[in-house]
Amino acid sequence: MSTETLMPYDEALERFEPVLGLETHVELGTASKMFCGCPTTFGAPPNTHVCPVCLALPGALPTANAAAIESTIRIGLALNCSIAEWCRFARKNYFYPDMPKNYQISQYDEPLCSDGYLDVEVDGKTVRIEIERVHLEEDTGKSTHVGGATGRIHGADYSIVDYNRAGIPLVEIVTKPIPGTDRLAPEVARAYGTELREVMRGLGVSDVRMEEGSMRFDVNVSLMPRGSSEWGTRTETKNVNSLRSVERSVRGEIERQAAILAGGGRIFQETRHFHENTGTTTSGRSKEEAQDYRYFPEPDLVPIAPDTAWVASLKAALPELPSARRKRLQQEWGVSDLDMAAMHNADAIGLVEATVAAGAPPADARKWWMGELARRANEAGVPLSELLITPDQIARVCAMVAGGALNDKLARQVLEGVLNGEGSPDEVVAARGLQIVNDEGELTAIIDQVLADNAAAADKVRSGKIAAVGALVGGVMKASRGKADAGRARELLLEKLGVSE
Amino acid sequence: MSAITRDEVAHLARLSRLALADEELDHFAAQLDVIIGAVARVAEVAADDIPPSSHALPLTNVYRPDEVRPSLTPDQALSGAPAVEDGRFRVPRILGEEA
Repeated sequence: MSTETLMPYDEALERFEPVLGLETHVELGTASKMFCGCPTTFGAPPNTHVCPVCLALPGALPTANAAAIESTIRIGLALNCSIAEWCRFARKNYFYPDMPKNYQISQYDEPLCSDGYLDVEVDGKTVRIEIERVHLEEDTGKSTHVGGATGRIHGADYSIVDYNRAGIPLVEIVTKPIPGTDRLAPEVARAYGTELREVMRGLGVSDVRMEEGSMRFDVNVSLMPRGSSEWGTRTETKNVNSLRSVERSVRGEIERQAAILAGGGRIFQETRHFHENTGTTTSGRSKEEAQDYRYFPEPDLVPIAPDTAWVASLKAALPELPSARRKRLQQEWGVSDLDMAAMHNADAIGLVEATVAAGAPPADARKWWMGELARRANEAGVPLSELLITPDQIARVCAMVAGGALNDKLARQVLEGVLNGEGSPDEVVAARGLQIVNDEGELTAIIDQVLADNAAAADKVRSGKIAAVGALVGGVMKASRGKADAGRARELLLEKLGVSE
Repeated sequence: MSAITRDEVAHLARLSRLALADEELDHFAAQLDVIIGAVARVAEVAADDIPPSSHALPLTNVYRPDEVRPSLTPDQALSGAPAVEDGRFRVPRILGEEA
């Protein structure tokens, strides 16, 4: 792999303007494949989810999966697209062993959905991303490259192929070119990916697990000199498999192309591969040569002609979309744009919502998820949703704090216990003995002991230096191992010392 | 008039991974020309009132319910493979010809 010259991002943006384009592949969460009844579950032993249809054995014929058609139309509707009244599948011919048919059934000039948009928020601004098309196709098999130094296709001696994934319904969502993002291009690309993932989740059409490849991005970037109105030649970075990588690949490609253009070179239209470890891309096959797919209408399938009334009923039944939901929740919770954006970025909105639904006040739910739990998740290097604690459990802790059984410090210990797998909040409280000391007799005994041990501090308070009571409260908390109610301890201390505030 | 050129046949052959000799290119160019000419005659009878079609039957919306059916066993699936490794189909080097 040759190392390429990069131009620092700021300099690149001073000289050039980027134009973006994103193609997103989403594996639908249907039970069976697109054109046959093989299951779609991830992680099965190789070549156990295959049949004559998806292996392209002679004479086998495809039949389209009704649920996949419906999901694709719902995606199109959620993205404000027009739904075709009549369209067809097309054969995309290419010679590559990831499809045993030597073609992929896809759609070409007659996509099921076209001309929509998705609004995303970046830096407090709404950016409208125009959608060119949404079409339905089938996923390919998975190749493993054997031999060579890197396990990559280049330099491999041969490849071995598992066709379990071949034929899983795959929706491709293509944006129109996105100009005008300027220096926010990487963030816009990421925000689009994030929003799209939430739309898919909200629709329930895909599990959108990027680490399992059920949602992946191809990122197109071109640059034009500032002041120019003629777009440059684009490159396409394939199979970018995380939202962070979407952002990094855009940034890296801008830096790489800027260095080439500034040096008097030209950009070739090509496919590039993203490298997760370095955030850079390397050249793949040349696009011009690979482009000869000889599409034609798929003769083994009849046209799709969605009934208008049915499409209208699907539209009417769409769930609330993520952006509308966020606006509603923000109002209900009464939080600022900034706090809402922070929760959005931390993927915490659903968790806070569920915690509120389980009875917690919104402010408390947000405080725990965005404070203590965000810190824990960060330490463990996992997303919030993967912490071993449920919204119901957080709500229970909130209720215990509100009822006076816990203070915040004890609540943190309860959360720690739950996260450690010590059981429910109530079990942790019982096992660790974390109840606040509400027994006045016990508290009075502790206070007496603290006063006796800290005579000097007690005298200061008696002489009117009320601030000194803090040290005594601290002593009580320490002696009770955090279980005393600090407010009540303070009241009792002042009372005993004969002073008032 | 020859609509199909020798170069186009060579291009198609490369896309299809067929190794054709020079005289075969000429041979197939002429044959493909005849085939295209025959198919083109359809256009002569296609009037404005005949919509283009890509299927012999006047059907739309033929679907199956989203239900799982039994797959083949791996042994069955791999039984026709020229080479097998690790439960997978083994295929020759993919990018070798471009290297």
